[in-house]
Amino acid sequence: MELSDQLKQTLDALKEQFPNGLSVLMPALHAVQAAHNHIPAELEQPLAAYLAIPAEIVHEVSTFYFMFNNRPVGRHHIYICGNLSCWLRGAETLRDHLADRLGIQPGETTADGRITLSVVECLGMCDHAPVMLLDGEFHPDLTVETVDRILAGLS
Amino acid sequence: MSERILSKRFDLADSHTIGVYEATGGYATARRVLQELTPAQVTDEVKKSNLRGRGGAGFPTGLKWSFIPKDTDRPVYLCVNADESEPGTFKDRHIMEKDPHLLLEGIIISAFAIGCHQAYIYIRGEYIPQIRRLRAAIQEAYGRGCLGRRVFGSGFDLEVAVYTGAGAYICGEETALLESLEGKKGYPRLKPPFPAVVGLYGCPTIINNVETLANVPAILEKGGDWYAAVGAHRSGGTRLFGVSGHVIRPGVYERPMGYSLKQLIFEDAGGILDGRALKAVIPGGSSVPVLRADEIDIALDFESVATAGSMLGSAGVIVMHDGTCMVRALQRLIHFYKDESCGQCSPCREGTGWLLKIINRIIRGDGRPEDVAVMRDVAEGILGNTICPLGDAAAMPVISFVTKFRDEFEHYIRHKRSAVPAPVK
Repeated sequence: MELSDQLKQTLDALKEQFPNGLSVLMPALHAVQAAHNHIPAELEQPLAAYLAIPAEIVHEVSTFYFMFNNRPVGRHHIYICGNLSCWLRGAETLRDHLADRLGIQPGETTADGRITLSVVECLGMCDHAPVMLLDGEFHPDLTVETVDRILAGLS
Repeated sequence: MSERILSKRFDLADSHTIGVYEATGGYATARRVLQELTPAQVTDEVKKSNLRGRGGAGFPTGLKWSFIPKDTDRPVYLCVNADESEPGTFKDRHIMEKDPHLLLEGIIISAFAIGCHQAYIYIRGEYIPQIRRLRAAIQEAYGRGCLGRRVFGSGFDLEVAVYTGAGAYICGEETALLESLEGKKGYPRLKPPFPAVVGLYGCPTIINNVETLANVPAILEKGGDWYAAVGAHRSGGTRLFGVSGHVIRPGVYERPMGYSLKQLIFEDAGGILDGRALKAVIPGGSSVPVLRADEIDIALDFESVATAGSMLGSAGVIVMHDGTCMVRALQRLIHFYKDESCGQCSPCREGTGWLLKIINRIIRGDGRPEDVAVMRDVAEGILGNTICPLGDAAAMPVISFVTKFRDEFEHYIRHKRSAVPAPVK
């Protein structure tokens, strides 16, 4: 597996902003994930070579940060907050409801590859608890009903 | 009506655009500062203001800036900590969403003060709409000559770039943030050397929180003495208090330092949800000691909250009513610290794991009579024994919960169920 020309262009532009290749790694991993859904293990070596950094650092960084997916995820990725402020407003009920509706446990993806469910730590939206982040958008003040409506709207 | 320094544009339509910002006086202060003042004069004004770091630690901002070596021939960096991840904290999100140019103006003035020509905004990866907004604001600012070569036609150059995290609470710790910016996993560094001397890429670096920097334009506009007078004791200015949990109106409330915690909860946030009674309050983000309902008649400034045995921290106020099982609430927090411990220091890595195992077995109904004492012991073994404050942040809630709500923990162990009838879930 190799880096696409488009990814290489993105990386070249990023290199302008930072004094060394290592600093480009995090933005590069975001770009790889945006293009490939997750960070394919086979791309770690080519990415390391392109940035002139050791491959083990690529692996270390891509596995340290929660938002980098080391396995394929669904077309839609639900991050539901399970921390204190959301929990006080019913997040556990919503988590159970989601798991029930999707027929999966947190951390899993539906068999058709449509939806991944992740329970995450505080999303910084406590004034709108309980909350979830879905495909880059926050959904505030959730109830079982609004969760159902959101699920029904997914492709 | 109390002073609004940070939130004065929050209710305006299109408050995030440069048009609205400039029409309401924005960038005028930075323009004047760059033309009329020296960097030393800016730092002196900020010192006078008693502005203290809004990320949680409360370190005096002007003093921090003065630690940059005067005669360095290396580049100086400003890193903006927008990694807001402390549970119960959401104030920086409001600034970036509703008034991103206020942050940028603060960055310009602060960078000028410390001799920095490259600033990085390190923002948590989950803040996707906010990242978009920040990038758009930066582009607008470049377009109007507020950033880039010769800012406002002065001799001062400043580049600003956004750097996106990827889900790691630890990266809000300033040296872990630097490691992450350098492209590594977020392992905090030993201090000293402090970042002001050896920071990003080994160069002198200042790390300031979003809210901290957003205060700087008002300080330079109206003066450090004015700003100090808005606050209380050695805590200058206002705070964006984020109130969440069991209140009728959760939200962000800008109030002066020294404001009443009681008033914040019962008047501004509308009181307790469902007509229930207050049980406990965490006054400064999840990492600070919890207060019982009978301990909340206090003023919200760094000194007064410390006197009450807790900390003002990030000013994220989490409110719990009498339907809250404190054992399960603490389980949420321990789970968080266990998840987010970076694994570098054994006391934190192992200790948070042990704490989670113990509290999970209590909740399962397998608690042992000695468990409360063991939890205290483990937490005290973490406290003060780690490179960064995450260890203390995990220990302090545990010690305060099991001390102040000891009966509830013992009840759970003895009866294998919560002391709270039908607790919230």
